[in-house]
Amino acid sequence: MTLAPSTPHLTLAQDTATEAARAASPFAIRGMTVSYGQKPAVFSIDATIRAGKMTAIVGPNGAGKSTLLKAALGIVTPLSGQVTMYGQPLKAMLPRIAYVPQRASVDWDFPVRVIDVVTMGLYRHLGLIGRLTGAHRARALACLDRVGMADFAERQIGQLSGGQQQRVFLARALAQGADLYLLDEPFAGVDAATEKAIIGVLKSLRDEGKTVVAVHHDLSTVPDYFDDVLLLNVRKVAEGPVADVFTETALAEAYGGRLQAARPDAVPVTG
Amino acid sequence: MSGADFVPFSLVPLLIGCLAAVACALPGNFLILRRQALIGDAISHVVLPGIVMAFLVTGTIAAIPMLIGAAAAALIAVAAIEGIRRFGRIEPGAAMGVVFTSMFAAGVLILELSDTSGVHLDVEHALYGNLESLIWLDATGWASLTDPVALAGLPPELGRIAVVALLIVALLALFWRPLAISTFDEGFAATLGLPVGAIGLGLVIVSAIAAVAAFDAVGSIIVIAMFICPPAAARLVTDRLVHQVLWSVAFALISAVLGYVLAGYGPLWLGFGNSVSAAGMIATVSGVILALTAIAGPKRRRI
Repeated sequence: MTLAPSTPHLTLAQDTATEAARAASPFAIRGMTVSYGQKPAVFSIDATIRAGKMTAIVGPNGAGKSTLLKAALGIVTPLSGQVTMYGQPLKAMLPRIAYVPQRASVDWDFPVRVIDVVTMGLYRHLGLIGRLTGAHRARALACLDRVGMADFAERQIGQLSGGQQQRVFLARALAQGADLYLLDEPFAGVDAATEKAIIGVLKSLRDEGKTVVAVHHDLSTVPDYFDDVLLLNVRKVAEGPVADVFTETALAEAYGGRLQAARPDAVPVTG
Repeated sequence: MSGADFVPFSLVPLLIGCLAAVACALPGNFLILRRQALIGDAISHVVLPGIVMAFLVTGTIAAIPMLIGAAAAALIAVAAIEGIRRFGRIEPGAAMGVVFTSMFAAGVLILELSDTSGVHLDVEHALYGNLESLIWLDATGWASLTDPVALAGLPPELGRIAVVALLIVALLALFWRPLAISTFDEGFAATLGLPVGAIGLGLVIVSAIAAVAAFDAVGSIIVIAMFICPPAAARLVTDRLVHQVLWSVAFALISAVLGYVLAGYGPLWLGFGNSVSAAGMIATVSGVILALTAIAGPKRRRI
């Protein structure tokens, strides 16, 4: 059989494979475009996150990493794009998703205690007027314990360090008991002990079969922390296992002239 | 003071003052935490032309037309702010200030030109309320509280503000969790499936209803103190949201009672001949409470 100039059968087979991968993905994005004003912040991004893996969303400042997450979750309205979890629209699957916003996005002077923040993660169990029972409290405390913050349950959140605040946010996500965890810069401005605690919890979630996606900005830790990487700069630059796509070529394409400043510990290009 | 004096002349104004203060302080807690205290200011200004226009159209000062008028005025204000911001290239804060003040001024002018002699609606009333005149002429003493004939003569303003205060308490109790979660972390609240836009809009609408209902008591300017001062003082006393809201209610009640009594009798104690405006004194007392908590509140923070 000779190769025809165009190979419609092969394309069809590829499409079917892509469709199958999307349907099996807990977080599949197709044709996502978001714009704040004139310039697109995210342009026509397709991504198929693998189930049971840890994926880093990486790119320079202003690459649209946070915006991609927010648009996928419907927090900001995209111009176009579909997001699915196991083939279902993400909106319908929100009960199985936990989102951890950027720490700086909330007012930490807010008059609540640590335990109150974590029980916000139980809202779907409590509903509008369900009573907060001892069992709910115990569950919230167990989540705090998992991030090493059980002793701080009664503190007002403003009294915590940045790293401790980030761990409380993670505990709230744990309380949701989700299958997909979407985290926006969970390591931004945290101390080394917190970073170790958070990555430990995220890896244990992955080992339980959960899917973890985190916006991440420290290129040097990507190979240690993550299985897969989604490299962005408004458009998608690369997507796949770290060993395959976290290359100097791809990073240079995403970061442009800023690559030197970023000092990546990238996988060298081979072959 | 005997019941024969107190019940007809002071009981109703005191109750209306207390209910208005609580109705405003409750949503005020969340406006402050959302850094939207200016919305309380905006509502209080924009409500006046709405109420005046509603009066001109319907000829009465009933609750529903006043609310519709206030809502219409608020929509016009939003459109005007957006227009000035877009076409005048003026920053949003300045655009808001200009629109609110102009609309309030227009409300005062229309009010001056209109014949409102038949109702409790004039410029003085619009500026600092009408609390002292909301008397219960059918009452003769404490016994009147169980006399259906006398009760029928209660000023309608009392029923109106009581219904509004109860409505706000009920809404707050029912929607406490979504309101608290979306006030703290709106993005997270959206991923819980909460309608964050509707919750924010609902808070503004409830605040507007409180402002309209409190109009009789304190006018449309001093009401801003009722939205802001008790919750802001409460925030300085506690680090828990439930406690903050309860403290704000306590401060609102103290301001209303103390303000009313001081306005009525304070000048006499000091040797002056006349009483002063109750609404003005309520706002002043709430400001003093805020100042005291700012100096000595256990949870104040120096920035």
